[in-house]
Amino acid sequence: MNQMPSFDSISTRAAAATPVRIAARVRGLSDTAIAWLFITPTMLLLLAINLFPLIWTIQLSFTNYRANRPNAPVRNVGLEHYQTILTDPDIWARMQATAHFVFWTILLQTVIGFALAYLIDRKFRGHGFWTTLILIPMMLSPAVVGNFWTFLYQPQIGLFNYLVSFVSGVEPASFQMLGDVSLSPWAIIIVDTWMWTPYVMLICLAGLRSIPDYIYEAAEVDRASNWRQFVSITLPMCLPFIMLAVLFRGIENFKMFDLVNLLTAGGPGSTTELASITLKRAAFEAWRTGYSSAFAVIMFVMIFGLANIYVKALNQVKAR
Amino acid sequence: MTSLRSLAFAGAAAASYLLAGTGAQAQSKTITLCWAAWDPANALVELSKDFTAKTGTQMKFEFVPWPNFADRMLNELNAKGRLCDLMIGDSQWVGGSAENGHYVKLNDFFAKEGIKMSDFSPATVEGYSTWPKGTQNYWALPAMGDAVGWTYRKDWFARPDLQAAFKAKHGRDLAPPKTQTELKQIAEFFQNREIDGKKVYGASIYTERGSEGITMGVTNALYPFGFQYQDPKKPYAMDGFVNSPDAVAGLEFYKSLYKCCTPPGASNGYMQEGLDAFKSGQVAMQMNFFAFFPGLYKDPNVGGDKIGFFVNPSEKTSGSQLGGQGISVVSYSQNRNEALAYIKWFADPEIQKRWWALGGYSCHKAVLDDPNFAKTAPFAADFLTAMGQVRDFWQEPAYAQLLQATQRRVHDYVVADQGTAKQALDLLIQDWTKVFKEDGKL
Repeated sequence: MNQMPSFDSISTRAAAATPVRIAARVRGLSDTAIAWLFITPTMLLLLAINLFPLIWTIQLSFTNYRANRPNAPVRNVGLEHYQTILTDPDIWARMQATAHFVFWTILLQTVIGFALAYLIDRKFRGHGFWTTLILIPMMLSPAVVGNFWTFLYQPQIGLFNYLVSFVSGVEPASFQMLGDVSLSPWAIIIVDTWMWTPYVMLICLAGLRSIPDYIYEAAEVDRASNWRQFVSITLPMCLPFIMLAVLFRGIENFKMFDLVNLLTAGGPGSTTELASITLKRAAFEAWRTGYSSAFAVIMFVMIFGLANIYVKALNQVKAR
Repeated sequence: MTSLRSLAFAGAAAASYLLAGTGAQAQSKTITLCWAAWDPANALVELSKDFTAKTGTQMKFEFVPWPNFADRMLNELNAKGRLCDLMIGDSQWVGGSAENGHYVKLNDFFAKEGIKMSDFSPATVEGYSTWPKGTQNYWALPAMGDAVGWTYRKDWFARPDLQAAFKAKHGRDLAPPKTQTELKQIAEFFQNREIDGKKVYGASIYTERGSEGITMGVTNALYPFGFQYQDPKKPYAMDGFVNSPDAVAGLEFYKSLYKCCTPPGASNGYMQEGLDAFKSGQVAMQMNFFAFFPGLYKDPNVGGDKIGFFVNPSEKTSGSQLGGQGISVVSYSQNRNEALAYIKWFADPEIQKRWWALGGYSCHKAVLDDPNFAKTAPFAADFLTAMGQVRDFWQEPAYAQLLQATQRRVHDYVVADQGTAKQALDLLIQDWTKVFKEDGKL
């Protein structure tokens, strides 16, 4: 039987292997100091790639800077960009489109994701195969998903239109999912739901499997019905997991860009132009760097603020 | 002694090898040319082999698909990137690239090398090379002449049954349209018609939302109807020109063409979607850039005798949207001399002739003014006509913002059915005015 080396022997060997020069330097350092020594490089990296750009973005948001005009004088414009953005009806229309998208995708993904998790948790024959199959969409690249759904939605040859036609009897080419003002917001919701429901399902499945069996056994002893067990045990115990899934999907969908850009590019007209598409256009097409920095800060504050409120609610649910 | 001699010989051999190596290295310098990924780019790869053979400079190419071309390349220029030594940039970039120092000013180089802009078609020099407009400040050599034109199914147009049906309805032969009104009549005639057991549609037009598609399309209706960007006597005065009754009629016409005569689902189509629709036999007519016409003519399914070409039809006046690009030397290039040598080589009339022969659209008068030019390709005469009536979108440094506004307002009206044509153009003036004010032009 192999004997595991003890912690002491490892530390003794490590100390022995440490060059005397370095050993002399660290000797006498407290545990806290050594811990700081280890985490400092990571902290510095995080500061460089997260905090510094954030501070720089905030600074730029008060200027008229344009990245494509490096020679132009940079002027401080104070809160002008913030005022322009917050009073612009177009921006509010984009925010409404974003809210519509976020609300419906989260609702559908949560309901369907939880239902699928509940089914998969039954451990029926072949459930492993079905789980794998259901998980495939979330493993695909958004670029691939965007492109092939563009084909699926094609009125003349698209499978989606044919399926709708098969069920409803309407002519496949008589409606355009991506080109119609009333249908296109739903077209992007359908695709996002198709792609990300498995993700919600996975989190819910983890929640369902974390519920100890003895609780259900006790409920059965008390002759609780299946519905009662579901309402009183499954749902409350799974709620923190569902809320976590909602948080992740909410943050992601608030920033949604790639999928929608590939499917509709914000069209028809500006119907599906979500806030992040407007932001990208301002930042990297129109090169209004100061303006887009202000917009990015506003979006960041919104997401950060909402997420914080939500996390507090989540903690309260968990504490119950 | 022998061994000493051998040693000396080996030393000399090694030295000469090293020297030769250094020489070869100097000769095999590589420059990168950036352009869009499309048919003419492949022709340029072929053509550039001659440059490498003559100078020893190797060529690398960075081609980006059209929908991402501006994003990718303008990012590169704004970041002062060194990826591209030569840039075949879009005509609208000239203003910004000149003012922001992305392109090398070529006047001195042209003067030194005896390259005369008068040797090139005036429309292309004005469109691709100069900034500010109307001056003789050159930032590019006209490289690829282009304009929006039309292709049509010549074989369908020639069918006696269709000829008879069309004549019965419109009292004239089914032939390439001379006016925008005729264009729409023909498109309506073909819409939903069964040809060889397959339902076909009238026309494929540009409707793309994300980059520049619908703008490049709608202008082909706006210009012939009388749209003007500004008061010719008062720059940036747009009211009464951008939203004139003629401009409103042009925009309404484009919407009616989209609504009546395009294939289902054509709400976000640009060059590639047009090519797909035409090549798959879906549409009778296709709006697209002349650059694609050589490839289409060679297409085994719809090319040859089956395809015909025509210039964007007139209405009150004539007008076609300018396409095409000039070739510029990027300021941040570390291989400026080699890049300039490429421009010098490319400006040679003989190279320009080969450029046209390979499928590129030369802008050189040695090619265009050749008495036989019109016979060199079935679309050559139309190309000449189109280049004589081209107009371009704003080429201002703030062109991207002006373009974004146009994309939005036109798509809102044409595809998303929001508001009237007059309202769309009024809003467009508001947007453009805001941009020009921010830019200090107003």
